[in-house]
Amino acid sequence: MALSAKSAAARSAAAPRGAASRARTVRVAALSTEKSNPYMEELRATANYIATRGKGILASDESNATTGKRLATVGVDNTEDNRRAWRELLYTAPGLGQYISGAIMFDETLFQSTAGGVQFVDVLKKQGILPGIKVDTGLEVIPGTDGETSTQGLDGLGERCARYYKQGARFAKWRAVLKVGSSTTAILENAHGLARYAQIAQANGLVPIVEPEVTLGPGTYTIEENAYWSEKINSHVMRLLNEYGVVLDAILLKPNMCLPGLDAPTASPADVAKYTVRTMLRSIPPAVPGIHFLSGGMSEEESTLNLQALQEACPNSPWSLTFSYGRALQSSTLKTWAGKKENADKAQDILVQLARANSQAQLGKYKGPHPVPGGGRILQALRTGGPGK
Amino acid sequence: MAPPSIDELAAVAAALAAPGKGLLASDESTGTIGKRLEKGGIENTAENRRAYRELLYTAPGIGGAFSGVIMFKETLGQCASDGTPFVEVLRRAGVMAGIKVDEGLVPLEGGEEGETSTRGLETLEAACRQYVAQGARFAKWRAALRVEEGRCPSDLAVKVNAEQLAEYAAICQAAGLVPIVEPELLIDGPHSAETFAAASEKAIAACVAALWRRGVALEACLLKPQMVVQGTECSAPRAAPEQVAAATLRVMRRVVPPAVAGIMFLSGGQTEEEATRNLDAINKLAKEEGRAPWSLSFSFGRGLQASVLKIWSNAPPSRASEARAMAGALAEANAAAARGEFAGRHPSVTSAPGATLHETWRGWRTDVDPAAAPPPAPALALAGV
Repeated sequence: MALSAKSAAARSAAAPRGAASRARTVRVAALSTEKSNPYMEELRATANYIATRGKGILASDESNATTGKRLATVGVDNTEDNRRAWRELLYTAPGLGQYISGAIMFDETLFQSTAGGVQFVDVLKKQGILPGIKVDTGLEVIPGTDGETSTQGLDGLGERCARYYKQGARFAKWRAVLKVGSSTTAILENAHGLARYAQIAQANGLVPIVEPEVTLGPGTYTIEENAYWSEKINSHVMRLLNEYGVVLDAILLKPNMCLPGLDAPTASPADVAKYTVRTMLRSIPPAVPGIHFLSGGMSEEESTLNLQALQEACPNSPWSLTFSYGRALQSSTLKTWAGKKENADKAQDILVQLARANSQAQLGKYKGPHPVPGGGRILQALRTGGPGK
Repeated sequence: MAPPSIDELAAVAAALAAPGKGLLASDESTGTIGKRLEKGGIENTAENRRAYRELLYTAPGIGGAFSGVIMFKETLGQCASDGTPFVEVLRRAGVMAGIKVDEGLVPLEGGEEGETSTRGLETLEAACRQYVAQGARFAKWRAALRVEEGRCPSDLAVKVNAEQLAEYAAICQAAGLVPIVEPELLIDGPHSAETFAAASEKAIAACVAALWRRGVALEACLLKPQMVVQGTECSAPRAAPEQVAAATLRVMRRVVPPAVAGIMFLSGGQTEEEATRNLDAINKLAKEEGRAPWSLSFSFGRGLQASVLKIWSNAPPSRASEARAMAGALAEANAAAARGEFAGRHPSVTSAPGATLHETWRGWRTDVDPAAAPPPAPALALAGV
């Protein structure tokens, strides 16, 4: 861009007007989408509600194949009715709504009902829990990369969102998977997918949960390295959300906490909190009402202790630092149930206790003992191959 | 001696953004300040420029209102009439010295009509070392972006200016200066406040992304944006301070990560009174609503000087103490506004209803490259001074 003042001056004096006239038809993207979106007020209210202090999200949106793998661990067959019964147990847990503001569902589940014929969306709404829906259709490997993935689901997304809204869903979720050392190709591809999904979701009345997960992976990488890559990925995601006119007041973020690699020594809750908070302060503007951390392999107790530490590290946080936990709320619940009716009450009790522990942790008031202390990491393999995986 | 670490720079940034304090932007280039002096019947000499700045830097109570003062390079090397360097005068008052390091605007190659980029990167590293040796602790670089009704600045203008700001900021942090990042969206034009808000979101978000890419630590940075107001030629009635506050906070919350130590608004054409009342409303609203984790303060030029210059004009020596008192009063009013506690009469004598401190195009800088022939510029028109 180096040019001398003199030649620049001479050039501008003789500048043709073509460039200026070309620009007249360019719209201000952010202005037009926000103003013309009839859902905008509801979207804002939804996002603020889900981010209510003292509450978090139950992530129960495992695809049929993944759910099947989980059911198999307690000897339950992967049938539609078993999947339905398992989710019924979760959603009808008495008092769950005190601690859970939203539940993410898989496509099949959004349209299911209790054995007594009450639609799940109605069960949840009665509990004060907003129904959400996973809208991505799974991961595909990006050719030319070392197993890095792109998230599928943009085709027909608008129609799907509209259908889900009609059924009662009010928020959506799309999971992008990255790692420490992601290639630029993978970062840009995943950030673009997230931003485009978020834009389409907002246009169709669903608050998008934006999930740029830097997975807890093998290796000895340090917590600082994880924090660096999390910042880098967040920076690209936020840039693209802005460029695509996504209204940040009406999204939720679902990031990973900063953790060292699986083969490195575990970090203390205080260290996890220090690096995670620093990453959020550096990359997430305050307009985002809630940052709902994924549990991603952390044990149930670790998930609660780390969440508590976050509040201590950021006492006046502008966003809610809260949870969107799957395995950290379901693992022991599933083991307790084991597919047996006589265990249902006990299983529901464990779920509500876990939800309450995390609610207290969100408020910075968790004291323990944990309902499921001393558990190990709850890891799962990355699955690729398209829808239903 | 090793330059300050990032943690040390972050401490400087936090001090500049201290609650209830702000910055005096007295870094007008020789040409710009000269035009304002001449309008008031004062000859544009180095001595007059020095005497004028001395008024500002010795005003009563500035240590309680200013955390820093931004200077032009000529001023950084000047002294008070008793021979004390200005940097030292300020240091004794507890005020840090800052320095404008850009070398002015140039037409943006390939941009829309009137779009610009900023000069100064090539010589910046060496210049920073010099300024640090003279006692500067922070720096400022101004990018200018244009808004027209319904249209944001072009992608090219946003990209180039954001990247230049990021490069400038990185060089400063390496040299030991806290960078003030100023992507000024110009108040000139018929655009609505809504258009201005959208353009601000686009431009500031791009800057923040560029800063990350360039490895700039946000904790050791300050942002200097325009408040969200309508253009000077917009026919709609001017928004009340509460509306300016709501619109401004909404934009800042959407694009500024909490790690940025402070948001130091420019006054850019608002009258002194408007700027104070808008800043006050911003802080009141921030206290009421929360979710505003950065300091919301001022970095005013005209907003702290217009009335001072008006008093001092045409009779410099005899009205010096009156002018100095005005400078102190303006400083105190804005310090109160930065706490959300402004009340009572505003001291300004240049803020009659309908007034503006808006200046039309001031022409290209000639002090940097005297051999340059700038394009013909419209006649300068100053109002209210």
